[in-house]
Amino acid sequence: MGKYILKRIVIGIITLFVLSSATFFLMKATPGSPISSEKYKTAEAYAAAMEKYNLDKPVLEQYAIYMMDLAHGDLGESMITEGRTVMYYISTGFPVTARVGSIAFVIAMFGGIALGTAAALSKRRWISNVCMFVATIGVSVPSFLIAMLLIIVFGVTLRWLPFVGLNKASNYIMPCIALSLYPISMISRLTRSSLTEVMKQDYIILARSKGTPYSQVVLRHAIKNAMLPVITYAGPMFAGLLTGSFVVESIFSIPGIGSTFVSCVMNRDYPVIMGVTIFLGILIISFNLITDILSAAIDPRIKLK
Amino acid sequence: MDMKKDEFELTPDLFEKLDESEKNAEKINYESKTYFQDAWSRFKENKLALVGLIFLAIMVACCILIPIISPYTYDGQDMSIRNAGMSLAHPMGTDSFGRDMLVRVMYGGRISLSVGVLAAFICLCIGVVYGGISGYVGGRVDMLMMRFVDMMYSIPDILYVILIVVVMEPSMFSILLGISISSWMGMARQVRTQVLTLKEQEFALAAFVIGASDARILLKHLIVNAMGPIIVQVTMLVPSAIFNEAYLGFLGIGLNAPQASWGTLANDARSVMSVYPMQVVWPVLAICLTMLALNFIGDGLGEALDPKKK
Repeated sequence: MGKYILKRIVIGIITLFVLSSATFFLMKATPGSPISSEKYKTAEAYAAAMEKYNLDKPVLEQYAIYMMDLAHGDLGESMITEGRTVMYYISTGFPVTARVGSIAFVIAMFGGIALGTAAALSKRRWISNVCMFVATIGVSVPSFLIAMLLIIVFGVTLRWLPFVGLNKASNYIMPCIALSLYPISMISRLTRSSLTEVMKQDYIILARSKGTPYSQVVLRHAIKNAMLPVITYAGPMFAGLLTGSFVVESIFSIPGIGSTFVSCVMNRDYPVIMGVTIFLGILIISFNLITDILSAAIDPRIKLK
Repeated sequence: MDMKKDEFELTPDLFEKLDESEKNAEKINYESKTYFQDAWSRFKENKLALVGLIFLAIMVACCILIPIISPYTYDGQDMSIRNAGMSLAHPMGTDSFGRDMLVRVMYGGRISLSVGVLAAFICLCIGVVYGGISGYVGGRVDMLMMRFVDMMYSIPDILYVILIVVVMEPSMFSILLGISISSWMGMARQVRTQVLTLKEQEFALAAFVIGASDARILLKHLIVNAMGPIIVQVTMLVPSAIFNEAYLGFLGIGLNAPQASWGTLANDARSVMSVYPMQVVWPVLAICLTMLALNFIGDGLGEALDPKKK
């Protein structure tokens, strides 16, 4: 177990190294730069700016400096807004994204498990068909389209819900629904198939034949054992909700890390782009690791190698 | 002769009815069919998948034909009929430059669908070669190649697509490259798993014994036998590529105007969304229905192509 975790951490660090190197050289390969001679009035100011961002040095040296700083946890400064560190962008943007993402995560977990359980256990065919239909819609329709449709219906036509910014609690409703629909579908599909499988197991029949009430069997025996695939999916999903909401954030004008990233990409603010990329990379890698360890801890049948 | 007939008379009560299961006992259950005939007959039984296929065929036909037939072009502006509603002349209305929405949506469909198909094809090529080699060679090479795939997996993909498209300037090529780079790994894993199990089977050994080369065994024997899961994977890649392209278009880093895809059309209409919501609804509807159809087809194929489900 300890050896496995160590191995995974080493792989994670290598991945981060490759990710940051690739991003660095991709940025260097881009024609044009946010620091152009027109922006600065005098040649001295331009030279000073070039020196400040190490742009006057050879690319390999810039790379070495960048990696050294990175190893010390220093992500650098923005090239567009003077004096603003990359950490500032992350520390202001991420909490907002994390709040919306966490709410969406909770909705997705409860909604998905409920829907999947209903589909798996219902004796009436139409209930399970309706559940699976919802799940198929959720998988097929991208989150930003759902967001647009929600805005058109509830924001523009009915005027029930606000859809700009995050000032009130009701502002959270639509972005969270838009974000959670896809995970709800995935979780309900996973729950349904795994619960159907579990309900056929001998220990369920045993519990039933010993006279345990049906609800008890489902809640205490079946659901618990059916949750493994859901947990394996939930970790990366949570990371995805914390990172991947670029479009939903931009549609609802949420000042999160996704919209920060998009606007920095537009402005070619290289240090911020790199910083955010690496930050999100760390997040995803660690969530994957935690999920793997967690699922092994829960299910003794999984052996970590 | 007559005598004998009288002695032994056949009466109905001498017979008993066979039950259903015995009735067909001597029939051959499956007529001999090729793999794809068999798959098609199973695919046809899946109503949703069939509906999806028909819808997709109509959509493709419309995307090809309507821009040709229609009197309007995708970039022909007519300022006198800006933001027109639905009418006979313009069934989907016009946009803020007075361009016919129907033609634009269908033209956008050409681009969105071809991005989907091309990206899936590129992923297919990379995935088959990469996964095939990894699974066939095995050992240390396999380990290294798969660690690389794991690594690519843990990089947030949409981030990379955005970066690549911005670095290379938005164009069909950069969008395809970005999408392909971020989504070939699933195919590689799928092919590898298939090749790993198939190469242990007797027909692979037989091919090896009669002296077939490695490339021949891999391509002619192993990959061909893994075709079912590979095709399913491809049908799943098409909607995800369309989705990624729409995503980019929606973020404003898709194809440049006046070219349009479903994503950029939806994005263009965003600014007038509160006044003319229909301009958003058309491209959004086109994406949703197409993705739904492709997902149904994918599910149907997944069941039809699985030889274990006869």
